[in-house]
Amino acid sequence: MTEQNFPATPGLMAKALKEGIFAGVLALGMFLLYVGIKTDQNINNELIWYPRWGLLAIFVLVAGIGRFLIVGFVAPHINQRRLAKAKAGIPEVSEDKGFFRKHFLKIALVALVLYPPVVMSIYGTQGSLKFVDNFGIQILIYVMLAWGLNVVVGLAGLLDLGYVAFYAVGAYSYALLSDLFGLSFWVLLPIAGILAAFWGIILGFPVLRLRGDYLAIVTLAFGEIIRLVLINWTDVTHGTAGISGVAKASIFGIWSFDVGASNNFAKSFGLPMSSAYYKIFLFYVILALCMLTAYVTLRLRRMPIGRAWEALREDEIACRSLGINTVMTKLTAFAIGAMFGGFAGSFFAARQGFVSPESFVFLESAVILAIVVLGGMGSLTGIAIAAIAMVGGTELLREMEFLKLIFGPDFTPELYRMLLFGLAMIAVMLFKPRGFVGSREPTAFLKERKAVSGSFTKEGHG
Amino acid sequence: MANPNAAAQPLLKVSGVETFYGNIRALAGVDIEVYNGEIVSLIGANGAGKSTLMMTICGSPQARNGSVVFDGTDITKMPTHLIARRRIAQSPEGRRIFPRMTVLENLQMGAGLDKLKYFNEDVEKMFTLFPRLKERQAQRGGTLSGGEQQMLSIARALMARPKLLLLDEPSLGLAPLIVKQIFEAIKVLNEKEGLTVFLVEQNAFAALKLSHRAYVMVNGKVTMSGSGKELLANPEVRAAYLEGGRH
Repeated sequence: MTEQNFPATPGLMAKALKEGIFAGVLALGMFLLYVGIKTDQNINNELIWYPRWGLLAIFVLVAGIGRFLIVGFVAPHINQRRLAKAKAGIPEVSEDKGFFRKHFLKIALVALVLYPPVVMSIYGTQGSLKFVDNFGIQILIYVMLAWGLNVVVGLAGLLDLGYVAFYAVGAYSYALLSDLFGLSFWVLLPIAGILAAFWGIILGFPVLRLRGDYLAIVTLAFGEIIRLVLINWTDVTHGTAGISGVAKASIFGIWSFDVGASNNFAKSFGLPMSSAYYKIFLFYVILALCMLTAYVTLRLRRMPIGRAWEALREDEIACRSLGINTVMTKLTAFAIGAMFGGFAGSFFAARQGFVSPESFVFLESAVILAIVVLGGMGSLTGIAIAAIAMVGGTELLREMEFLKLIFGPDFTPELYRMLLFGLAMIAVMLFKPRGFVGSREPTAFLKERKAVSGSFTKEGHG
Repeated sequence: MANPNAAAQPLLKVSGVETFYGNIRALAGVDIEVYNGEIVSLIGANGAGKSTLMMTICGSPQARNGSVVFDGTDITKMPTHLIARRRIAQSPEGRRIFPRMTVLENLQMGAGLDKLKYFNEDVEKMFTLFPRLKERQAQRGGTLSGGEQQMLSIARALMARPKLLLLDEPSLGLAPLIVKQIFEAIKVLNEKEGLTVFLVEQNAFAALKLSHRAYVMVNGKVTMSGSGKELLANPEVRAAYLEGGRH
C-alpha cells in the first residue's frame, strides 16, 4: 500500500464512519443528562425539567462528524506530511527562518510598548480600560509569575506547587509595610522581593533532600500554611476581610494617581480625570518587571549557576560528582524564583488596592504551573504564549456570543467556559506534549552558533 | 613489579574503610592504595561492594569507620562536591550524563571547576581522544548510543583536569568493540598524560590486561592483590572471574 492512495482506502472510510458513529453514541451518553435535559425550579420551589433534544442533537453531531473528519481526512493527511518530511530528510532545525520569526521578540516587544496608546486611540480613554487592565496587566502578571516559577520548575526541575505563597508574601509585604510605615511602592518593591526570597530559602531548607512527588507535596503544604496564617493572624492581616485601601504606586514620587493629591497626574497635565492613566502606567511597570525577569533569567542561564540549575534538573548525583554544591544551587533557585513572585505580588497589591487570602488559593499555583508546563518548561517565549492563551483565553471565553449561532439563542456560553478551557489544555498536551516551545536553546558553543542539520543527528550505532 | 613507586606517598589511600547501608555492612574494612601514574583496577562479583567503595571514596555514602586520604588530605567526612573540587573526577556507574543537554554542554559542566578557563583547549583534546563526540557535539546527550554516552561520561570527567579518575564499570552493556576503544583511550591517557586511574570492572580480563595493579574484592573485603599480570595468571582468579567467560 503506497501512501498515495492511502486516504481513498475503503477500509479507512469504514473505520472513520465506525469511529464517528462511536463518538456520536459516546457524546449522546455523556451529554444526555447534562445537555439534553434542563432542570429548573418553578415559583413553588419545585423541580421542573424539560428536554432540549435539538441542542443535544447538535452536540452529538459535532462529536460524530468531527471524529469522522479527523479519522478519515485529517489524520491521514498529517501522517502523509510527516512521512514525506521524513523521506525528504528535512532537518528539524532549519537555518533560514522567516523575517517575522527571526525578529519575533523585537516585534513582540514593540507591539507591547505600543499597545496602550493604540488601544486608547481606538476605544477612547475610558474604553481602553478593559483592554489594558483585563487583557494587558492581568496577562503580564501571569507572565511574570510563570517566568519566576520557571526558574524553579523549568530550569532547576524542582516541582513547586506552592508558588502562590511567595506571591502572597510580596502582596502582603507591600500592603502592610505601606500601611504601617507609609513607604512608597518603589521602596517596597525590592523589599517585598527580598522578603519573598527569604521565604523561598526558608522553604528551601527542609526540602533539600526531597525530589519529585515528595517535594511537590511539601511545597503544596507550604502554600497552604502561608494562606492559613494570613487568614488566622487577624491582628496583623485582618483575616479574610483582607487589607483594603492599599496605597497606589506613583511615578517615582513625581506624579501621583491619588485623586485628591495636588500632584495628581491627570491634573498636572490638564487631562480629564480617569483611572485609565493609572492602569496604563501600571501596564508599563509590569512590562518593565517582566523584561527584568526575562533579562535576569536569560543572563543566569549563561552563567555557572544557571548551568548548574539545568544540570541539577537532569541528574543530581552527577552534579555533585562534578563539584557542584547542590545545596546552594537549590536554595538560589528557590530564592530567585520566590523573589520574582514577590515582585509580582507587591505589584498586584498596588494594582488591586486590596489584598485578601482569597487571591492566593491553590488554584493560582496550579494555573501558574500549568502555564509553565504548557509553554514548555524552560522556554520564556513558550511560557509567554501559554500565559496569553491561558489567561487571555479565559477572559475571551467570557465573550463567546458566536457560539449562540451554532447552539441556538438559549445557549449560555459562559457556563461552558471552564469546560472548553479544559478541553483546550488536553488538546495542547496531546499534540504538543513538550509544550508550545519544547526545544531548548543550547548555551555552549565552540566558535559560532550553528544549527545542526538532520543528517548529523541520526541515532548512533555504537 | 608490584608497585612502581613504593617509596612515594600514595595519591589515594583507603584504610580500614567500613561502609553501611542502614545496618547492612557493605564494606568490611577495605585497604587500597593508588599511586601517581598508575592504573589500578578492582574486580569482583556482583554485590561484592566494588561500586560502594567507589562511592565511599566520593563521600556518598560516607565511611563509618576507617579513613580515605587523598593527596595528603583526609577526605573521609567531606561532602561530595568538595571532594570533587580536590580533582577526583568520577565517571559514575550508569554514566549519568545530562540527557537533555548537548554534548558540548555536558563537557562544559565538567569544566566548571576552572570556570571554563581551559574549555576550548580541553574540548579539542577530548575530540581527538573520542572523535565520535566531535561529530555529535550539538546533539542532546540522551540521543547518543550507549558507547557514545560512556565516552561522554569519561570525557566530562576528564574536563575537570583530574588528578585521579574513577571509572565505575565503563564496559557495562557495551559491544566488545566499543569496550576496546574505551580501554584503549584510557591507556593512551595514562601513558601520554600520566593520568592516574582507579577502575572498577566486571570485565575482569580486559581490566587486568590494562592495569598495572589490581585488587580482588569478595563480600566487602579485599582478598587478593597484585600486578595485573600476576592476577591474570592466578588459578583462583582464573577460576572465579575469567574462565567460563567469553575469553
